[in-house]
Amino acid sequence: MSAAAAVFRRELLLAARRPAEWAQPLVFYAIVALLFPLGIEAHDPALKVFAPAVVWVGALLAALLGVERIFRGDLDDGTLEQLLLADAPAPLLVAAKLAAHWLITALPLVVAAPVLGIALGLEPLAVKVLTLSLLLGTPTLMFTGGFAAALTVGAQRAGILLPILVLPLMTPAVIFGGGAVRAAAAGLPFDAPLYFLGALTALTVTLLPFAAAGALRNAIE
Amino acid sequence: MSLPSLQVRNLAVARGDRNVVEALDFSVAAGEILHIRGRNGAGKTSLLEVLCGLRQPAAGSLEGQPDAEHRHWLGHKNALNPTLSPDENLRFWCALGGHADVDVGPALLRVGLKAQRHRPCGSLSTGQRRRAALARLLALPRPWWFLDEPLAGLDHAGIELLAELLDAHGRSGGAALVTSHQPLPAAVAGVRSLELRA
Repeated sequence: MSAAAAVFRRELLLAARRPAEWAQPLVFYAIVALLFPLGIEAHDPALKVFAPAVVWVGALLAALLGVERIFRGDLDDGTLEQLLLADAPAPLLVAAKLAAHWLITALPLVVAAPVLGIALGLEPLAVKVLTLSLLLGTPTLMFTGGFAAALTVGAQRAGILLPILVLPLMTPAVIFGGGAVRAAAAGLPFDAPLYFLGALTALTVTLLPFAAAGALRNAIE
Repeated sequence: MSLPSLQVRNLAVARGDRNVVEALDFSVAAGEILHIRGRNGAGKTSLLEVLCGLRQPAAGSLEGQPDAEHRHWLGHKNALNPTLSPDENLRFWCALGGHADVDVGPALLRVGLKAQRHRPCGSLSTGQRRRAALARLLALPRPWWFLDEPLAGLDHAGIELLAELLDAHGRSGGAALVTSHQPLPAAVAGVRSLELRA
């Protein structure tokens, strides 16, 4: 575990040195969510209907923004070779790296969600469910994105390949996340989609690091 | 240090769809420095990657291959994040190896980077970055060294430094496999050569 902790701390240190990298997705997310109401009629009741999808798609796009870089620098400077040769399971190191990236780039999106929810006119209960759905769903976005980044790290045109690869895999999170908020706003039970999000996160967080580590091993051979 | 020797039998190494090395037999014992020579494209790096465990052999067998905690790999790339300083990079590699409490100062001093230890690696010269990578060998002592073109980028003093490190490593019972298309400095004792012919 000390090796995983070392990787986790290193990512936080790098994020502290390069604040623009983690601030960019947050700013992008806020711009998408806050400019959307300006594009439709003021006080349009449809805004509340669209709000969950706007925030979720904003989060998805923000998560995609930085994901391509996750392993690129490590491949370029030789760190990846050393990580795969280390005396620690590679999936554990990959999971530590992705967990750190979730903390740096996705947790701020979750923290900002209540503000955006209120700004988009959601009721307090729907705002709570929106925040909870993002908390449960963003690890899925991050780990799926990380897996795709590992698959494409050695590829040319990874910037195009990665979103095409990742969007179908991330769709369930957006469907269930948006669905939970819509249900809460309509006064319907919203626990089932949240359970689905939790299950998706459990699945992606435990299985995808193994697949990502395999893909990284392929990339350096 | 008493090391089991690394035994290579009938080894073939592939790159892409062709074998660059075939039917190779040799062994490396404790205290030996094996200099793997050959012209460009002869398969030196591919062979070293197989011996170190970075890739699988196409055929043949390897016995006594050291595990992760007993080997150092120094590839073409230095494994230094350009945003972090040599000090921070080195402390990360020590922590990854389970030795977070190691003082990396003496290793950086030994490779001549005392003044640069807190500067970002991105601002160091090619030779200084190579020296910082060499400091990893010292900060975390391990018996097996796999060094791929370690002389690249080093100035005359740097080559002498590497010769001293290799010599001391061999004398203390460690083993090293070094690829280089140029001769190793004469100061290194116990060097055996393996010529790869493509």
